[in-house]
Amino acid sequence: MPKRTDIHKILIIGSGPIIIGQACEFDYSGTQACKALREEGFEIVLINSNPATIMTDPETADITYIEPITPEFVERIIAKEKPDALLPTLGGQTALNTAMKLQEMGVLDKYNVKMIGADHNAIKKAEDRECFKNAMLKIGLDLPESEMAYNMEEAKKAMKKIGLPVIIRPSFTLGGTGGGIAYAEEEFEKIASLGLQNSMISEILIEESILGWKEYELEVMRDKLDNVVIVCSIENLDPIGIHTGDSITVAPIQTLTDKEYQKMRDASVAIIREIGVETGGSNIQFAVNPKDGRMVVIEMNPRVSRSSALASKATGFPIAKIAAKLAVGYRLDEIKNDITKITPASFEPTIDYCVVKIPRFTFEKFPEAKDVLGISMKSVGETMAIGRTFKEALQKGLRGLEIGHAGLDNKQSYKNITDEKIKHRLEEPNASRIFYIKYALQKGYSVGEIHKLTKIDPWFLENIKDIVEMEKEIVKGLRLKVKGKIKRKSAIKPEALLKAKQYGFSDSQIAELTGSNELAVRNYRKRYFIKAVFRLVDTCAGEFEAYTPYYYSTYETKDETTPSKKKKIMILGGGPNRIGQGIEFDYCCCHASFALKELGYETIMVNSNPETVSTDYDISDKLYFEPLTFEDVMNIIDREKPDGVIVQFGGQTPLNLARKLEKAGAPIIGTSVKSIDMAEDRKKFSKLLKKLKIAQPESGSTTSISKALKIAKKIGYPVLVRPSYVLGGRAMKIVYEENSMLEFIKEAKEVSGKYPILIDKFLEDAIEVDVDAVSDGNITVIGGIMEHIEEAGIHSGDSACVLPPHTLGDDIIEIIRKHTHAISKGLKVKGLLNIQFAVKQNTVYVLEVNPRASRTVPFVSKAIGAPLAKIAAKAMAGKTLEELGFSEEKKVNHISVKESVLPFSRFSGVDILLGPEMKSTGEVMGIDASFGMAFYKSQIAANQVLPKNGKVFISVKNQDKRNIVFIAKKLEDMGFEIIATKGTHKALRSNNIKAEMVGKIGEGNSKILDYIKNGVIKLIINTPSGQKSQSDSKPIRSAAVMRGIPCITTISGAQAAVNGIEATLKNDFQVKSLQEYFS
Amino acid sequence: MKAFIALEDGTIFKGISFGASGERLGEVVFNTSMTGYQEIMTDPSYKGQIVAMTYPLIGNYGINQYDAESSGPKIEGFIIKENSKIASNFRSEKSLGQYLKENNIIGIENVDTRSLTLHIRTKGAMKGIISTIDLNPKSLIKKAKDSPGLIGRDLVKEVTCKKTYKAEGTIRKNLQLKTYSLKLKKVIAMDFGIKYNILRCLMDVGCDVTVVPGDTKAKDILAENPDGIFLSNGPGDPAAVTYAIEEIKKLLGKKPIFGICLGHQLLGLALGGKTYKLKFGHRGANHPVKDLKTGKIDITSQNHGFCVDMNSLNQDEVELTHINLNDDTLEGMRHKRFPVFSVQYHPEASPGPHDSRYLFKRFVEMME
Repeated sequence: MPKRTDIHKILIIGSGPIIIGQACEFDYSGTQACKALREEGFEIVLINSNPATIMTDPETADITYIEPITPEFVERIIAKEKPDALLPTLGGQTALNTAMKLQEMGVLDKYNVKMIGADHNAIKKAEDRECFKNAMLKIGLDLPESEMAYNMEEAKKAMKKIGLPVIIRPSFTLGGTGGGIAYAEEEFEKIASLGLQNSMISEILIEESILGWKEYELEVMRDKLDNVVIVCSIENLDPIGIHTGDSITVAPIQTLTDKEYQKMRDASVAIIREIGVETGGSNIQFAVNPKDGRMVVIEMNPRVSRSSALASKATGFPIAKIAAKLAVGYRLDEIKNDITKITPASFEPTIDYCVVKIPRFTFEKFPEAKDVLGISMKSVGETMAIGRTFKEALQKGLRGLEIGHAGLDNKQSYKNITDEKIKHRLEEPNASRIFYIKYALQKGYSVGEIHKLTKIDPWFLENIKDIVEMEKEIVKGLRLKVKGKIKRKSAIKPEALLKAKQYGFSDSQIAELTGSNELAVRNYRKRYFIKAVFRLVDTCAGEFEAYTPYYYSTYETKDETTPSKKKKIMILGGGPNRIGQGIEFDYCCCHASFALKELGYETIMVNSNPETVSTDYDISDKLYFEPLTFEDVMNIIDREKPDGVIVQFGGQTPLNLARKLEKAGAPIIGTSVKSIDMAEDRKKFSKLLKKLKIAQPESGSTTSISKALKIAKKIGYPVLVRPSYVLGGRAMKIVYEENSMLEFIKEAKEVSGKYPILIDKFLEDAIEVDVDAVSDGNITVIGGIMEHIEEAGIHSGDSACVLPPHTLGDDIIEIIRKHTHAISKGLKVKGLLNIQFAVKQNTVYVLEVNPRASRTVPFVSKAIGAPLAKIAAKAMAGKTLEELGFSEEKKVNHISVKESVLPFSRFSGVDILLGPEMKSTGEVMGIDASFGMAFYKSQIAANQVLPKNGKVFISVKNQDKRNIVFIAKKLEDMGFEIIATKGTHKALRSNNIKAEMVGKIGEGNSKILDYIKNGVIKLIINTPSGQKSQSDSKPIRSAAVMRGIPCITTISGAQAAVNGIEATLKNDFQVKSLQEYFS
Repeated sequence: MKAFIALEDGTIFKGISFGASGERLGEVVFNTSMTGYQEIMTDPSYKGQIVAMTYPLIGNYGINQYDAESSGPKIEGFIIKENSKIASNFRSEKSLGQYLKENNIIGIENVDTRSLTLHIRTKGAMKGIISTIDLNPKSLIKKAKDSPGLIGRDLVKEVTCKKTYKAEGTIRKNLQLKTYSLKLKKVIAMDFGIKYNILRCLMDVGCDVTVVPGDTKAKDILAENPDGIFLSNGPGDPAAVTYAIEEIKKLLGKKPIFGICLGHQLLGLALGGKTYKLKFGHRGANHPVKDLKTGKIDITSQNHGFCVDMNSLNQDEVELTHINLNDDTLEGMRHKRFPVFSVQYHPEASPGPHDSRYLFKRFVEMME
């Protein structure tokens, strides 16, 4: 059954901004689908609001819309482009929900657009809990006992019937938002009401608790002829009760016999058939009672997912690509397996290694939130590791997580942890439980005891115990009694060392245990030929020859790499996503690979993040799926001997390795390590700026507390305090007086370690400006100048920005240009450069310089229509900007706005106020001819729907009272009604603006909260000052987040919002593709 | 305790013993199934073979009495990367190591099984020896070279039943037997090394199965007047089991016949075809087999080193029904005039996917 000929033009919906539960895995799947379908001659129309994606590169699809993903916008695109088909299964829940809405609105019928892959019925059957339950019962499968509820009354009745504890799952939400486990009635009411609110159709499922059961996932594919294959099986180390995105997971399944596994396989095949997913991939989750093997179905996702990205990377079977081909009519056996070339895709991958995925959390960013895990997803990224054993993969994964662990190490000494704490940390699932398992074992807890507390399968615990035992052996093997004294012998026995390496111990872990250092261990083991060998990920456990060079390291006898004689460049990726380092850097790494391939280099990608495009084996000539540590990277360098190593595209991760790598002889290309150091070292950098006569906020740095206080006093409060060498403004704060200063220094020191604390004068009410530029070492060209909407003091990653600047004068912009060129020259930049400026009273200050790819590179590239990262990579390889045709700053006639997307709804109790510490997970872009419309689009895309009418609540701090008048007047003129607190009310009244007055919450009034909860208020403008006012108004902001009401916390943001509202009231929105903008 | 594997081409693999000690000869092959080590070890078709598992973590869920495919392990030796220290499953009764020791089978772990697999893939399955007592490479290699190998060897006689028996009662059943109101079909199964799960599958579709030794004469089988005859799987070179081929020839056209694996090969030979040895065989649970009539694909469980040459069959008489999509080899055939069909793969699975269980029903329909 070959390709369909009745369709020619296909619309693909992306997943929008990176949020918790929906990350770059959908860029990976969407990009694969675009490529696969264009290969087949289809014309692809793409919509995605996220500029930091490879899929929105103008080369990926034929027609690319960077517009908000809402049914209204998609309808506009459908009306304009008239596609024949819509493929809804590759853009996560966002695409699925949007497609469902389009069908229900009649848009698809109106324009005669067919849904391919999965249709409306199949999606409904899988996503609607009641439909799903009935479908499962029909095919004789078991489910946990459950009841649906549509209001609180029904919910309570169901809970009484099933009995506590129960699990509450809202229908049609993302990553389990609003779900939870309730042990007590009060808790139940809270979670159930939240769930009802979060569900698109106000529907929740109340379910029998199967907490502690074993959790499994199967990735299933089906073609038009009803051929079904299982691509990968996954076992969760963490049992039921923890969202699978937050669980450590292992592929393949480890603790099921073939009889039990086949039962699960049969069920999966039956499910995909019954649900009716016509073609493509689905993910099905099961739970198994460890006591008697009872198997129940938990849920099914009728689309590609985070797990399918993991499964693709874990097996080498590209699910999204194949799903796309199946959707247009191909059969599985008509598609070749890319890796073996001779065998078809109609098979089930078998692997001869163990894969471990570990989630990465960022609870440190949200100190008010507990690091407890449940059924609502909290992690922001993940790392995957491949080893020949579970032990090896687990330890590689833990060091690949980049949270300061060198493996399953001893960051804390078990001796200092009380039994009470151990029991608590084992019993209540949390982000560091894996380490507490180790501490418990060290303390002498048995596997049985730990199993009782954690419900983690004893097989995993026994393997962790092996690691603990090995550790003892390493320590013991090293000490020799010499004349009654314990002396460390310098050497560990080679056999023991080999075994330790096979158990995944890193050199630095061994060094720590033996009182040595990483390099010494490395040199010692190399002397005994204990070297990493690289093995292939080949989908078939070695049964057929593999042609795709996708490798992982282990310690065995045979190395399967075939280093070529070609000129080659290695690109170090960014590792797991985290707040401050995500898809933007992966985008840059991919571009580096594309660019260098174009120049004829062989490209080698190193990364450990399974969600990414860069770890698609199709992107680079060679892919090494390895942790980004000195040891693991050097192992590859030793083997491949690349001509160049690029460290400036993967964010802080590779940059932190640069010095060590260079010292070990790695040929780092681009801006020199010395320059990187000069930009990051405040003293050296200040010296440079002084020499260049460029202003900088007054500052100082120190490692002592008393000196810090003195410096702050001298500079004058407010000051900005931060540790050096951290990303995303971690532990950075604006401090207004001495007491808070003391508190923050303490925290900052913990983060920074041996590096000093930096204290800067904080420029209040300054305008912040970001510049991205590229240099070939000779000339520098500015890519884009971005004016932040929010004032300085809010992390650049969290603030909205506009390109080109919309309020800065030409003279100021000229100064910024001059400074950029001077700094680039001063640092001898070769590659990318990002500078943050602050403009106050016509003085331009430099806040920060990063001689590397920045978070805004993809946004700027899309805004100006030039691939900055690609140009930079070529410049690093020796091309001049002139040769590359990029010797002049690009002028554009449209306005681009970048807005950030924040994860507050995931962390209940956390205040949404922005500050110098970055909190956003992703970004969107709005493009239009006017600032107002571009801003409006960016807000919709970020899920902040600005109202066109209704009531606006305003409460601002004193210094904003003058500025708010103008904004309020505009709102009044546009027909909005205003509600204000006392002070604001007074300011408005005295300027003849009508407003209703409400009391402050701090003064015992809750009227405003009722207004918000009842949906009376459509927009909130709230700029609190000082600690007290902040906590007073926190309930307002929390209520706004929970109800999804836009809440603006800066005056400049409010100004922009008013511009946006004005623009939409005047004109209806238009959609325009990137290709149209740059034709 | 150290243990060695030596191959006839002079290659040595080292590891650590975790089963019985001693020394055994056999053909060294690899299996790519990620689950089902117990079923594999107890499958009589592995008689004469030392099996390496490509999945590195083995023994995780232990051993239980219900998952055995015959009276006990039939392999000559077991090669793995890592033996689990713990058996974690609610059905587990003992550890893999204990089971191997009890049954006097040598197990060896810590072996670079991927290198071994790549070696066999490129050089082909070959004669080998596994030893915990002789750790002298030279002597081991010589023993491997001097061993008889599989070609031309009848291993059926070592695993077939000595006496005729009724399937019911002799096989532990963990599957619920469905109750049939219809009359049970009387099936005689020729045992060349039959797997229990074949008997379970036949019983599940309403067969009353009598198992007879592999050298039973055709006239004795026909004298029982069965509704159908089943030709089982089994070990070794089909061409060496000449006595069975002769008897099968006499059965053709007399009664409906269904053959699996070695049964399929013997049928091919009885129909005048030829068999040949594959380079390294098909052993795993992920082989795509296409039904040439419907175009549908089943993911199948496979375990064979020999294969029926599709060009050797008289295609006026025999229809090719199934092929393996990995290497286009023959996986199934049907006689054009007689109610006779067979498959090279294992519809009874165990281990492996259940996609082709429907073949047992087809056999019953043929007997209607």
